[in-house]
Amino acid sequence: MTTAGTEPPAPAQDPGEEISVEDITKRFGAVQALSGVTLAFPRGRVTALMGENGAGKSTLLKILTGDHQPTEGSILWNGRPRTLSSPHDAHKAGIRIIPQEPEIIPHVSVAENVYAGALPRTALRRLDRAELRRRITADLARLGFEKVIHPDQLGSELTPAQRQLVEILRALTGEAKVIAFDEPTSSLSENEVEALFGLIDRLRDQGIAVIYVSHRMKEIFRLADRIAVLRDGTVAGVLEARDTNEGEVVRLMVGRDLSSLFVRQDVARDEVVLQLEGVTTDDVSGIDLHVRAGEVVALAGLMGAGRSELALALAGDRPIRSGRVCVNGSPLRLRSPRDAIRASIGLAPEERKAQALFLHRSIRDNTSLVSLDRLRRWRFVRSRQEKAVAQDFSDRLRVRTPSIEHEVRKLSGGNQQKVVLARWLLRKPKVLILDEPTRGIDIGAKAEIYRIIADLAREGVALLVISSELPEVLGLADRIVVMQNGRITGELNRAEATEEAVLNLAMADDLAPVAADRPLTDSADGDAR
Amino acid sequence: MTTTQTPATTENLPAPARKTGGGLLTSLGGQNLSLIGALVLVLALFGFLNDNYLSLANIQVIGEAVTITGLLAIVQTVVIICGGLDISVGSQAGLASVVSAMVFTSGGSNPYLGMAAAIGIGILVGVVNGVAIVYGRVNPTIATLAGLAAYKGVAQLVSDGRAQGYVLNDPLFVFLGRGKIAGVPVMIWILVVVALAVHVMLKYTDIGRNIYAIGGNDTAARLAGININKYLVAVYALIGVVAAVAGILLTARTGSGQPVSGSEGLELKAITAAALGGCALKGGKGGIGGTLLAVALLGALENGLTVEGINTFWQNVAQGALLVAAVVIQQRRSGERAVGLPH
Repeated sequence: MTTAGTEPPAPAQDPGEEISVEDITKRFGAVQALSGVTLAFPRGRVTALMGENGAGKSTLLKILTGDHQPTEGSILWNGRPRTLSSPHDAHKAGIRIIPQEPEIIPHVSVAENVYAGALPRTALRRLDRAELRRRITADLARLGFEKVIHPDQLGSELTPAQRQLVEILRALTGEAKVIAFDEPTSSLSENEVEALFGLIDRLRDQGIAVIYVSHRMKEIFRLADRIAVLRDGTVAGVLEARDTNEGEVVRLMVGRDLSSLFVRQDVARDEVVLQLEGVTTDDVSGIDLHVRAGEVVALAGLMGAGRSELALALAGDRPIRSGRVCVNGSPLRLRSPRDAIRASIGLAPEERKAQALFLHRSIRDNTSLVSLDRLRRWRFVRSRQEKAVAQDFSDRLRVRTPSIEHEVRKLSGGNQQKVVLARWLLRKPKVLILDEPTRGIDIGAKAEIYRIIADLAREGVALLVISSELPEVLGLADRIVVMQNGRITGELNRAEATEEAVLNLAMADDLAPVAADRPLTDSADGDAR
Repeated sequence: MTTTQTPATTENLPAPARKTGGGLLTSLGGQNLSLIGALVLVLALFGFLNDNYLSLANIQVIGEAVTITGLLAIVQTVVIICGGLDISVGSQAGLASVVSAMVFTSGGSNPYLGMAAAIGIGILVGVVNGVAIVYGRVNPTIATLAGLAAYKGVAQLVSDGRAQGYVLNDPLFVFLGRGKIAGVPVMIWILVVVALAVHVMLKYTDIGRNIYAIGGNDTAARLAGININKYLVAVYALIGVVAAVAGILLTARTGSGQPVSGSEGLELKAITAAALGGCALKGGKGGIGGTLLAVALLGALENGLTVEGINTFWQNVAQGALLVAAVVIQQRRSGERAVGLPH
């Protein structure tokens, strides 16, 4: 399209090329997921695969991993066509994918998880623990992860980052030639991400063809040598990372500018809506925090800082051991989510599928559920009114669906998140807590979510947004509260907020290796109230 | 109910196309259509084999025979939608049958006393189930498996293991068991009323919405402010009440309180009907219409096999096979991966 355009498949001239796809078309019934996609994944380079949800990234990955067969076109292996008729085929060929949701066996150790299916055995078919230990120790050392994960930890004890690591370790057993990462960082904290990038750099140096799928620009530009942008099932362009910039990539993806994503406004009023005084739960302690009407306060911090746990406590789902929570000045007793909803606190939780949505129910049902008490006469749901309001919110939030009677599981991640928001917009809470509202959704939908947040602020809702994406935190928030290990380590207003300042607070007394080489400009105490 | 929102920047996004309509066929759903097909097939087959099979008299026999199963299948549907299960329904009905007859006899032939006692026992037993599951954290299958044995035992203890009392000297019991309204047996009317009431509850009230929500995703239901514990205990209590009604009808039908005969094995029929009717056994899906169709199908099949003189042992085999087949079809549809133990 622009600049580089699609690359001609020229395996003969490019000895570094390991795998490429040529003129791949994939149809699912009437839906054309990919049409005429030609792309090369040279070895020893990181090729980023970008595009909005529905652009065809996952379909392409699934064709490479043998999960799907192309309707037309072929996969070339060193220039020769090769059929990958099953995931097993692809695995034998050396193609690995690190899935977004790691599959972890909860009750066995990390070592056994990594080698599950190919555990070393003694002559009597018993688990060879010594050999297992030797292998895992060697692998961890080779990858530089000895300090991050312990081979004896149980699957159920692992953090999201560690779970991801187990998948990576699995992928590296055997001989891997192509490794695809599908949004690997969505559940990782900043320093874990840095460690992962170090690993990917090493994989590249070893001559592995790395495919990296992500929505996060910073990561792409940190890692990728080439950026392939898909749009509507076709290749919108292949760019050399060093010759391009974020703006160009976004324009290729959506035809729109990055700076337009955030809505800047100043609509915070004086009245404090949500006030926390010394709130202590099993996971956080001594939290003092307030959010004014129309104010967007971001809770920043690393994974495990206790932000989601605090959100659940405010939603009445985790016991508050001490301290006070007030809405509009009146103290609350939050014994159940019911109490929180009555007190006009809403939560769009971190895991929308697991914690918020009823995937087999319609958009209408999902939207109206917490407001049924207002939509009923006696106990009968007033269905006409229900339909009307659900349609109204679905239109306003621009949920892309043929009908509000469609099951929510058929929607894309961004549209699912809009349904969760529609549920709370209909309820009209005074306080709305949004936990990772844009995780795993594409840029177009992100922009719409940001607009919805801005609209809510203008209406005077007190918004507490938890996000692990720093550009999002900086772009959205009027005020940023940073947490670490269950405590607040500092607060930054819009003027003083920079990525460095937030990170320093988030890792204040954390001696993580990444913190060491970062200039510690100002101390945590300076920013704490 | 309104918020003022500025219309969004509408660059390259298509306006959502709207599809209206639905129609009778889509509202029936694929599952129900195949049930109707199977029912027509069964009726045609046995009607062809035996002239009397499709006679009004025989259809009434089928209707009466399925009433008690039907009542239990309806409440089974509700609890399965919640994500639970109750395999003690047959024992509950047996216990209620004995209690209704014995209290009637010892209470000076007062039918209301007998029925009230049966329903009281039903509520008690249901609440015990619910509390054991919700607060005792016992898996519903295990809790009600225990109930299956225990309530049957209680019924046998109080009745000394024999049929107790005689109720056919009372006009109300006779009316329930043998009476007709507008040419249709009273028992069938009771089934229709209960089915309608539960259907309306599931489809048109917030209670029903919450029940589907609990079975669909209990975490999300909790965060949406639904008091799950209260709902589950109430659903098990509802099962107790309806099982008690089934027990009373059993008494009215046979003339005396039956601790075991007449109610044993009904849990299997009820669960089979619910599964065949389209309830997902992991909860969140299903409806009364499908269950009733499945009850009719099972009843027609059973009656047909009996009319053709086929050994009842084979009928048990057929029933077991049907239950597994229904679940296999369900799992195929949901596309669950065939690895390890199913969810």
